[in-house]
This record gives sequence, structure tokens and C-alpha cells, in this order.
Amino acid sequence: MRHHLFEWKEGLLISLNAIRANKARSILTMLGIVIGICSVALMATAINGIDKAFVDGISALGANNLYIDKYAWFSDEDFFLMRNRKNVTMEQFERFEKLVQLPLAVAPTILTMHKVLHGDNYVEGTLMTGTTDGYVRTTNFNFARGRFFSPLESSGARNVAVLGSEVAVHLFEKQDPLAQEVKVDGIPFRVVGVLEKQGSNMLGNFNPDNQVYIPIGTVFKYFRRDRDTVTIVVRARSTELTEATKEEAIGMMRRVRGLLYDEKDDFSVNTQEGLTTEYDKVVGVIKLVGLFITGLSLLVGAIGIMNIMFVSVKERTKEIGIRKAIGAKKRTIMGQFLTEAALICLLGGLVGLLLAVALSMLINKFLPTSVQVNTIVLAISISLLTGIVSGLAPAWTAAKMDPVEALRYE
Amino acid sequence: MNIINLENISRVYQVGSEEVHALDGVSLKIDRNEYVAIMGPSGSGKSTLMNIVGCLDTPTSGSYVLKGTDVSDMSDNELAEVRNREIGFVFQTFNLLPRATSFHNVELPLIYAGVPAAERRQKAEQALASVGLKERMLHKPNELSGGQRQRVAVARALVVGPSIILADEPTGNLDSKTGEDIMSLFNEIYKLGNTIILVTHEEYIANHAKRVIRLLDGKVESDKLVGSRTIPNRGN
Repeated sequence: MRHHLFEWKEGLLISLNAIRANKARSILTMLGIVIGICSVALMATAINGIDKAFVDGISALGANNLYIDKYAWFSDEDFFLMRNRKNVTMEQFERFEKLVQLPLAVAPTILTMHKVLHGDNYVEGTLMTGTTDGYVRTTNFNFARGRFFSPLESSGARNVAVLGSEVAVHLFEKQDPLAQEVKVDGIPFRVVGVLEKQGSNMLGNFNPDNQVYIPIGTVFKYFRRDRDTVTIVVRARSTELTEATKEEAIGMMRRVRGLLYDEKDDFSVNTQEGLTTEYDKVVGVIKLVGLFITGLSLLVGAIGIMNIMFVSVKERTKEIGIRKAIGAKKRTIMGQFLTEAALICLLGGLVGLLLAVALSMLINKFLPTSVQVNTIVLAISISLLTGIVSGLAPAWTAAKMDPVEALRYE
Repeated sequence: MNIINLENISRVYQVGSEEVHALDGVSLKIDRNEYVAIMGPSGSGKSTLMNIVGCLDTPTSGSYVLKGTDVSDMSDNELAEVRNREIGFVFQTFNLLPRATSFHNVELPLIYAGVPAAERRQKAEQALASVGLKERMLHKPNELSGGQRQRVAVARALVVGPSIILADEPTGNLDSKTGEDIMSLFNEIYKLGNTIILVTHEEYIANHAKRVIRLLDGKVESDKLVGSRTIPNRGN
């Protein structure tokens, strides 16, 4: 065992010497690995970041939430069949709310898009959620200023609004929006609250930062017909209770909708799981393609290493002959060249990783990224592995050289 | 006791469609503490013989028993071990590792033999001292003269205490004065009880040996003790 250690130490010294003796060449070869590892690490970092942003975004919407809707959000059910279902009305919601016992909170929501304006500033196509005062308890919202609208404001369909942080910044810039007036399609609303930044870009318009919340009564008063369908948000008290809450919700909803026991549900209960599944479906493919493409750059780097190792073996034929003459075994020679390839890759990998970390910090200003320990471990392992795999063929060529031929080589 | 026992050794090379018999039924016995010169014109097979005796190559047919062990059918790795333990090479072109110090060059066979660092250091220093180069230990080959390089090579050959010192034209790249110095170094080594096999085509170099074997066309042409008659019962 000690025997092997000596040999390996010798191999390490030789490798360091060889790399030092051919600085320019080693650095250029390393560059391939630097770029390869850097892009793979960046890709992994970006994927982690996107995942994290998605999870954060979901939890900002409120975990343990169920969404009772006319439509199934993520399913292969026939859209035209679902379209023929009866709308979920406010009157149904009110009966449902009285029947259910398990939820922490329930609230109806209806979405509508409008131009929101304050003075000269406006946001075109702002997503507005019409809901009741109970809605806030289905979310994890924190308020930068003010509060959510009260039961009285909600039931009275008062013209009050709660602004997402981005909307508030666009409309009011540095001013305090509280108690100011915004106009939604020309109709004045008084700002009663501004949300803290929720910090998730993954949800696009659904990000609370980009939304405005108004009492659901005002939506029906100004923008929508009374019979339009609403989505009922149901928040379970805990993850463990989610399933029971869902069962109860289905039962009560069937009762509200007057379904007979042999009739199928004419509504859908959507969960965030559905959202996650859908996300994985789309992003999973992007991840694979991304890693594959960046993996290609690593492959190019590996081919560079292999190439230079073949050159190195050829150049050092005489040295190999000498070493064999004085007793180096195949294993010894093989180990020497594998160590050299692995060392070049490891050094390249470390530089690439540092570069990736630096770059991801920079990119983080525009896109979510997240450097994780497993990414670092993975990058280092991959660079070592790349070195060993790409060094294998050249090292074997060296190991099986005929000592007589090798000694004769000039 | 014979240290080397070659029995009917042949070595055939395939050159294109032609078979070249570099060695053709050579038999040879060499005892411990002999000083043998192998001579012959180029193409006589002396390099091939040296490669086989040095375990760098294996014969096509015949048997080679080195110190009581048959090495003619050994694997590459087994041969590497035998070379490491039993054979010290000295080459015409020195064949030192150019980027390594004298010390490291001499230490290398010990590394391959798995000798611990402290012992390696002591043995390598001793070997370098015995060729008079202890103070040049940390010099690299390009900082040494030709004669000094060859001395380092001799120290490397001696360091593991091998059964045979195998020298292939050891003075071929040296001027005659330095060549004489190296030859007297071999004389000293011989007197210390080592077995030396010298491959050369120079008569005056061969004259240092006690026994001269001449090859011609892959066969032993003559085998004589220097200044005496043909040795009976050896070879042929």
C-alpha cells in the first residue's frame, strides 16, 4: 500500500513538473476545461435559482391552498366539456363558506386586467384580483404600508385597492401611496395598503408584486357580469389536513351545486401540486437541454485534454522508456499520465468554478441564481472525472509501450 | 553458480514479409562477479542480446534463467520488477531524466522498489558518493558534464544493488579521457564484487573486461578469457 503511495507521489511530482515545463500549453488546454466547467456550473446554478424562485413564489401565494374552479388547471380533460360546466357563482361561494368547517380561510377570486393610472404614471394591463377580506388569510402577505381591505369595505364593495410593490413603485415612484387615489379604467380607487416585495419573478403577472387587489363586489359592479365564474381559494390549516380539507370541500361543493350521488363533479379542485407538476414538465426539459448543451462544451474541453495528453505521451516516449528500464510497471506509467490529466482538469475545474461563482453573483442582479454546495462538489467531481476519462487512452498508450522501442526513440 | 544461463536463445523480428533472425541459437553462461564484454559489428545481434539479458525483451525461443528464475515467459509487469531488482542499466546516451536532479534520478529505482523515503535518501546519497558526485546531488543533467552525467547513471544503476550491471557503449558519447575515467570506475565496481556486462564495438574498451564474447550474424563467434584460450564448456 505504501508502495503505491510512493509511486503516486512520484506521479504527482512529475505531473506538476510537466505542467510547469509546458505552461502555455497547459494553460490553453486548461482553458477548455475552465469554460466547460464554468458553463456547466453556471447552468446548474441558474437551474437551482429558477427552482428556488419558483418554490418561493409558490409559498408566497400560500402553501396548502386549494383552488375550486370551473376548470381543471392542469389536466388532459376536454376543455370543451369543462366549458359546458355551470359557472361557480358568488351565491354558491356564500353557501359553500357557511358549510365548510375545516379550512383556515376561504375566499372567492376573480381576475380582470385593466390600465391602472395615477397622475401621469400608469401600468397597462395590470392583473387585478377581485376578492373578499378573507383572502389575505389564504396568503403569506406582509404589508409595507397600510392593510388589506376590511370586511366592511369588502361587503360594501367600496372603491379601495391594495397595490403590489412593483405597481406601487411604477405609479407613485418615491411618494407614499397610502390614502392616494388610483384610477382603474377611469374609476377612482383609494389605496388602503401596499404589499411588501414578494420577490419572485417566476410567476410573471401572477406575482403579487405586479397585481392590484380590490373588493370582488367592485369587479362585478364595474367590470364583470354577476354570473361570471369565480375561483374559490381554500386554505387548509396544515399540510396534514390538506387532504381532509379537500375531501370536505368536494363534498360541500357537490351539495352546493346540487349534484346527485351518481353524477360526476362538475368543478375541479386544483392544487399547487398541479402547478409544480406542470412546472417540472416544462422546466425539466429546459434543464436537460441546457445541461446537454453546456455538457458539450465540457466534452470539447475533454477532447482537448485527450489530444494534449497524446502529444505529451509522444514527446516523453524516451522518458517512458527510461522509467520502464529502471523498473516502472504499467500501472506506474498509467498512473503518472492519469494524474497529469486529472490535475490539469482539476485546476481548470477550480478556476472554472470560481469564475462561475463570480459570474452568478453578477447575473443574480438580473436573473435568480443560487450557488449550492452540491453544485460545487459536482463540478469538482466532474472535472476530476473528465480528466481521468480523457487521460485513459493516452495513459494506456504510454503504459503498453515496448521499452526497447521507447528507449530508441529520439 | 551461474547468474545468467541462456539456453539456445533465438529472437526473430518480422520486417515486412521477411523474418530477421537477430539471434540464432545463442547459449551463454555468466557467473557472479564476471566482467564480460560483448562485441560484434553492427547487425551482429549484440543489442538484441543486451535487451534480452536486460529483460527489456523476451526471446522468441529458448530459455533464459536469471539467478535461478526462468524469465523467458514473464509478463511485462514481472519483467519490470526483475529489471528493477536485478539489473542496473548504463546507456550510451546516459538516459537521465532531464528535468530531475541527480539525486532524484538516482532515487527513482528505489521509488519503484517501494523503499521508504529516509532509506531512499541514505542509499541514493551513498551511491552518488561512490561515484564522487555527492556535492552535485541537486544539479540537473544539463548542469553536468558528459562524464558526470554518466557517473550519475552509474550511481542509478548501482543504487538497488543489482545482480548485473549492463552497460551499452557507456563511453560512446564521451571523449577518450573521460571514457577512461568511466572505465576505471567500472573496474572499481567490478573489484567490489559486481557482475558487469559491457556491450561495445571498441577493442580498447573491451580490453577492460576479463572475458570477451564476439557475436556475428546472431551467433556466438568466439568466447575467450582476455589473453587466454577459448573457455571450454561455456556457451556453444
